[in-house]
Amino acid sequence: MPNKVPITVTVNGRSHSAEVEPRTLLVHLLRETLNLTGTKIGCDTSQCGACVVRMRTPDQSNGVTVKSCTAFAVQADGADVTTIEGLAQDGNLTAVQEAFWNRHGLQCGYCTAGMIMSVTEFLEGNPDPSAEEVRAGLEGNMCRCTGYNNIVRAALAAAAAGQGD
Amino acid sequence: MFAAEFEYRKAGSIAEAIQLLTDNPEARVLAGGHSLIPLMRFRLARPELVIDIGGIANLRGINVSGDTVNIGALTTHAEIANSADVQRANGLLAEAAGGIGDPAVRNRGTIGGNLAHADPASDWATVLTALGATVSAQGPAGSRTIAVADLIADAFTTVLDENELITTVSVPTLASNQRAEYAKMAHPASFYAVVGGAVVVTMDGDRCTAASVAVGGLTPRPVKAPAVEQALSGTTLTMDRIADATARLSEDLNAAGVDIIGDVYASADFRSSIAPVEVKHALLHAIGLAHH
Amino acid sequence: MTTRIFGSGIRRREDPRLITGQAAYTDDIKLTGMVHAAILRSPHAHARITGINTDAAQAAPGVRAVYTGADTAGTLNPIPCAWAIPDSDLKAVAYPAIATDVVRYVGDAVAVVVAENRYQAEDALELIEVGYEPLPAIINPEAALADGAPQLHEDAPNNQAFHWVAAGGDTDAAFADAAVTVSETINQQKLIPTPMETRSAIASWAAAMGELTLWNTTQNPHIARFVTCLVTGIAEHKIRVIAPEVGGGFGAKIAVYPWEMITAFCSMQLGVPVKWTETRTENYIATTHGRDHVEYVEMAADANGKVTGVRSVVYAGMGAYLSTAAPGIPTILHGLMYSGPYDIANIKADVYGVFTNSTPVEAYRGAGRPEATFLLERLMDRVGDAVGIDAVEVRRRNLIEPFDNNRDVAIGITYDSGNYSGALDELLGHINYDGFRHDQEHEREHGTFRGVGIACYCEICGLGPSQVAGAVGFGGGLWESATVRIYATGKVNVFIGTSPHGQGEETTFAQIVADEIGVAVDDVEVIHGDTDITPMGWGTYGSRTTVVGGAAVALTMRKLRDKARIIAAHLLEADEADIEYEDGQFFVRGARDRSQSIQDIALQANVAWNLPEGIEPGMEASTYYDPPNFSYPFGAHAAIVSVDPDNGHITLDRYVAVDDCGPQINPMIVEGQVHGGVVQGAGQALWEGAVYDDNGQLLTGSMMDYAIPRAHLVPDIEVHSTVTPSPHNPLGVKGIGETGTIASTAAIYSAVMDALKPLGISGLDMPLTPEKVWRAIQASGYADHGHGHGHGHDHGHGHQH
Repeated sequence: MPNKVPITVTVNGRSHSAEVEPRTLLVHLLRETLNLTGTKIGCDTSQCGACVVRMRTPDQSNGVTVKSCTAFAVQADGADVTTIEGLAQDGNLTAVQEAFWNRHGLQCGYCTAGMIMSVTEFLEGNPDPSAEEVRAGLEGNMCRCTGYNNIVRAALAAAAAGQGD
Repeated sequence: MFAAEFEYRKAGSIAEAIQLLTDNPEARVLAGGHSLIPLMRFRLARPELVIDIGGIANLRGINVSGDTVNIGALTTHAEIANSADVQRANGLLAEAAGGIGDPAVRNRGTIGGNLAHADPASDWATVLTALGATVSAQGPAGSRTIAVADLIADAFTTVLDENELITTVSVPTLASNQRAEYAKMAHPASFYAVVGGAVVVTMDGDRCTAASVAVGGLTPRPVKAPAVEQALSGTTLTMDRIADATARLSEDLNAAGVDIIGDVYASADFRSSIAPVEVKHALLHAIGLAHH
Repeated sequence: MTTRIFGSGIRRREDPRLITGQAAYTDDIKLTGMVHAAILRSPHAHARITGINTDAAQAAPGVRAVYTGADTAGTLNPIPCAWAIPDSDLKAVAYPAIATDVVRYVGDAVAVVVAENRYQAEDALELIEVGYEPLPAIINPEAALADGAPQLHEDAPNNQAFHWVAAGGDTDAAFADAAVTVSETINQQKLIPTPMETRSAIASWAAAMGELTLWNTTQNPHIARFVTCLVTGIAEHKIRVIAPEVGGGFGAKIAVYPWEMITAFCSMQLGVPVKWTETRTENYIATTHGRDHVEYVEMAADANGKVTGVRSVVYAGMGAYLSTAAPGIPTILHGLMYSGPYDIANIKADVYGVFTNSTPVEAYRGAGRPEATFLLERLMDRVGDAVGIDAVEVRRRNLIEPFDNNRDVAIGITYDSGNYSGALDELLGHINYDGFRHDQEHEREHGTFRGVGIACYCEICGLGPSQVAGAVGFGGGLWESATVRIYATGKVNVFIGTSPHGQGEETTFAQIVADEIGVAVDDVEVIHGDTDITPMGWGTYGSRTTVVGGAAVALTMRKLRDKARIIAAHLLEADEADIEYEDGQFFVRGARDRSQSIQDIALQANVAWNLPEGIEPGMEASTYYDPPNFSYPFGAHAAIVSVDPDNGHITLDRYVAVDDCGPQINPMIVEGQVHGGVVQGAGQALWEGAVYDDNGQLLTGSMMDYAIPRAHLVPDIEVHSTVTPSPHNPLGVKGIGETGTIASTAAIYSAVMDALKPLGISGLDMPLTPEKVWRAIQASGYADHGHGHGHGHDHGHGHQH
C-alpha cells in the first residue's frame, strides 16, 4: 500500500499539516479532512467550476483560481489556499459577495462558491469589464438556475463598487 | 470520481525526473494535472508511480531572445496569455493561450503538459505547428530539438521516449509584416476544438508572400496544408482568392493520409467540410477582412 | 404610505449562508461513525445476470459490507410509481432497488459496497465480478413498441407501459373538412436535467428506537417519507426525511429512487450512518432524464388560418422503469394542454408510454408543457406559411379572447384567467417586429440569415385540486399546508409543507407574512424540508409552491389577523366590529391613538394573562389549502437568432420574454426564474440531448459531452410582464418557475426555422447542432448557387479580439 505523504497547507490563513494518500484530491482534503464544505463538487471532468478555490503555490507571487477537483492535495504542499469561507473578514462580505446578494446572482447556491471565487479573480484582472468580457470570464463555471443573467449583473455591480481597484 | 492508488514522487530537478522515468518506464509525469488527473479519476490511467515535476523551477518562465520566444514547459496557459512579452513578440501565442479551456484551467494547465498529452483537440498543437515552433526534449543522453509538427505521432501519442521530458517550447517571433490567427469551432461542452485552423501570412502590402497553415481537431495530429499555403503565396488576398485557396485543404488532408475524426457531435464528413471554413475565418481575421 | 412589501424586489433572506459557504447540502453533512456507500451499476443496457462474486470485494481494505439484489430482495419492496393514469391499461412493472436477474439500462444497480471511505468503496467495486449475458437493447420509444422489438418486462407486452387518449370535439371531422392541414414529426429528445448538485443521501438507523432518519436531496421530503415507508416497511411516523440545502432539482429530485432506499438498507444492516453521493458521471445515468417523445402531430385550419383541430400520436419513452410521477407527464401535463392559449374546437391526444432500455424519465422543468407548446407553435408557424400569413398574425387569429374568470377549452379543462393577446402586444412593443422583418429582408439579400421566432403559451401550474389529482390517478393529494407561530417577542416562524431548493420562498413567504400582518420581513423565518418539524405537504414542482403553499401561508395569516382583532378589541375595550387593521396596527375606528400592534397582541396571546373569554392562548394557526382549480400562467416570447451558412453555427442574438404569473410577490425573484427557465429551454433547442448508441450506451455521459448552456453562449434575457390575477387564488398568483422553459425552446427553434426559410428548410431535429444545420443548408443547394463566399462570422470562442 503506497505511503501517505505529509503535507502542510495554509487554508484561509490557518496552517494545516496532514498525512494524505497521494490520490486524495485537493477538494477532498478541503471538504473531508479540513471540514471546509463551502467548496463543492459538481463534475468529474473539470468543467463545472463548483470546486474553484484560490491557490498560491510557493513559486507564485499571487494566488490564482484552480479547480480543486483537478489537483491532488499533495500538489498543494506549501501552498496558500483561500476558499469561500475565507473571503468575508470579521463578518464583512466582500464586494463580490455583496453584489451576488444584491443582484440575485444565485438561486440554489450550489455553483455560488466557485462563481464568487472566479468573479473575484476576474475583476482583479479586469476592473472595468463589459458584460461580454464577464461572460467570457465565466466560461469555466456552470450554473443551471440563473441563466447567468444576474451573475453577470452581480459581477458588473461589484466592478462598479470598486472591487477591482 | 476517485483515482486508484499510486506512489507519488516529487522530482527536484530535470535530471531527477529523467532518472525516475528511466527507472520506472510506466510512470506518469504530473505537471499542471489537467490532462492526467481527469484520466486518473476515471481510472482510465492508473499509473503505479506519478512523478510530480511541478516544483522544477527552471521548467517555468518565458523569455524572448532575438527572434525566438522560449517558453518553459511548465509555463501555464494563463502566464502565456498574460505575458506582455508574448503579446508583443507573437500575438497569436497569447491569443491561443487565452482561448484554451477556461480561466481556472488556464491557471493550472501547462504548455508542455498539453503537448505531451497529444490530444487531437489541442489548440496548442495546431497553432504551434502553423507557427513553426519546436520543443526541446531532454533525456538521459541529453537534449534534442523536435518540430511540433513532428512531435505528435498519433492521437495521444508523441515521438518522445518514455524517459524524455519536454523542457522548452521555442516559437519564432512574428515579424511586423506577418499576421497570424487561429479560428476554431469549439465543442459547446468541452470547448475542445472540433476543428481548428491556424494561419501565419507574410504580407507585402495586399500581397501574401508566404503562408503557413495548419489544421487540427479533426485529425489525430495537426496537419500542415502546403496546397493551401501554395495557393495563397504570391497572391493578393481577396475574398475569392482565400475561398479558392482554402478549398484546396482537402488535398492536404488526403496527402497527410490521416483518418478524420468523427463523433456524436460532429461527423468526420462535417469536420473535413468545415475545416476550410475555419481556415478561411482565420485568414479573414488575420488580414482584417472579417467583420463583427 | 410605505412601499408595500408584497411586490417589492427585496434581496433574498437565504443568501447570506449561500454566499459564504455556510449552507449545508446533504454531502456536506457528517455524522459520527458514518461510512460510505458506492453502487455498482450495470454497464449493459440489457442483460441477464448469470452470477455475482463479491468475495474479493468483501475482503478489500476498509470494506464493511457488500450487498446484492439477493440481499435486498426480501427486505426492500419494489419502488412504486405514484401516478397510475386511469383508463390507460398502465403496467406497474416491478422496479427492484437492486436488480436480481435482469438489468434493463446502463445504470441499473447490481451491488453496493459500504466502506470506511469512498475511495475504498470505489476500489472494492472494481473487485466485484458479475457475469452478464447481454440481451438486445432498444432505445427509441416508437421502435420499442414495434413488433419484434426486444422486450423489457414480461408484464408489459410490446413494451407498452400505458396508452392514454384524451379528446374534445370531433377531430376527425375537423381534419376532413379543413381547408389546410399541416403535419410534423417532432423528436423531443431525451434531456439530462443536470442540477449542479448531484443526488445524495445519508441514512441513519436508530435500531433501539426503530427510527430512520434520511437526509435526502429531494424536492418533496413528505412524499419521500411516504414512499420510504412503503419500500422499507418502517412505519411512517418512525421515518424522518430531511431535505437540507438542495442544489437545484428541475424535476430530477422529485422521484424517490432506489439509491436512497439502498442507502437506508445499508444503514439498517450495519447500524451506522451511511452516506451515498453520486458522481456526475453516475448522475448522468442514474438520475432521471426528461422529455423523450417521438411525436406525430397535425393541425387543421380554415383558409384564413383559423385553427379548427389539433391531434397527435405520441410515443413517450419512460426508460426502463416507471419513475415516481412519470406517467402523468406526457398525459395530464402534456395532452391536456393541447389548446395552449388558442381557441381550438377539436383536439385529440393519443399517447403511448413505452419502456426502453434507458435511464427512467421523469418531470424535467416544464414537464409536458414545453412539449405541448413546442408542437402547437411549430404547427402554428406551418399553418401561417400554408395560408400565407405572418407568424404574429396567425397567432392573433387564434388566441382566446381576454377573460377574467374561467374559460373552458375543448380538451375538457377550465383556464382561470387570461389576456393572451395582451402579452403578445406587450412583446411586440419591445422587439420592433416590423422593423426586424424589414431588416431581415435586406440582410437576406446579402447572405446573412437572421430569424425571429414567436412563442405564445398557456401552461398548467399550481398543481392542483386534490380531487382532480385523485381522478387522474395521482397517488396522493396536491394540497399544501402552513403553520405560522408568532412568538411573545413578535418574531414569526412559518412552517411549510413544500420544499423550495433555490426558488427563494424563504423570502417570498416572509413577504406574504409581512404583507398580511405588518411585521418586518426580517422578523420572519420560514422553515421547510424536515418532515419531523413541518406540516404535511406534497412538494415543490409544477410551479405550485407559491400558488398553493403561498396561499396556505396567506390564509393562515388571515386567521391570525382575525384572532388578533378579537384580542385587540378586548384590550382596547372596543367592539370587535369597530377594530380596523392597517400595517400591523389594530385600532379603534376614528381613534387611531387607541391601537395595539401585532407585537403587543402576540405578547398578550402568548402570556395569556388577559384574553377574551373563549380565546385560546398562543398565536399560532395552520391552514390546509386545497386549491379549487389549477392556475394557468401565460405569455409570449421572442427569440432572434443568426445562422452562419458556412458552418451551421447559430448565435442567439436576443431574447425577450413577456410572462403573466399574476401579481408578483418579489419581481426580482420572478425575473430570475424567467432568466433561468429561458436559458434552460435554449439548451434543448441548441445544445442538449442524451445520445445513445444502438447498444444503449449513453454517449453524452459527462459534462465534456452533454452541453448545458454556458455564460458566453447566451445573451442578456430581457424580461417583461403583464399582470392578470388568477380569480380563485387568495393571492391571485399563478406560478413562474417553468414558464421560461415552456416558451423558449419553441421560440428559438422557430427563429432558426425563420432564418432558414428562404432556403426551404424545415423539420430539423433538436438540438440544432452546427452539423445538422449545415447539412440542411448544403442539401438546400445554397452553396451551389455562388453563395458561401461571404464574410465569416465570429463563432465558437476561438477569436479573442
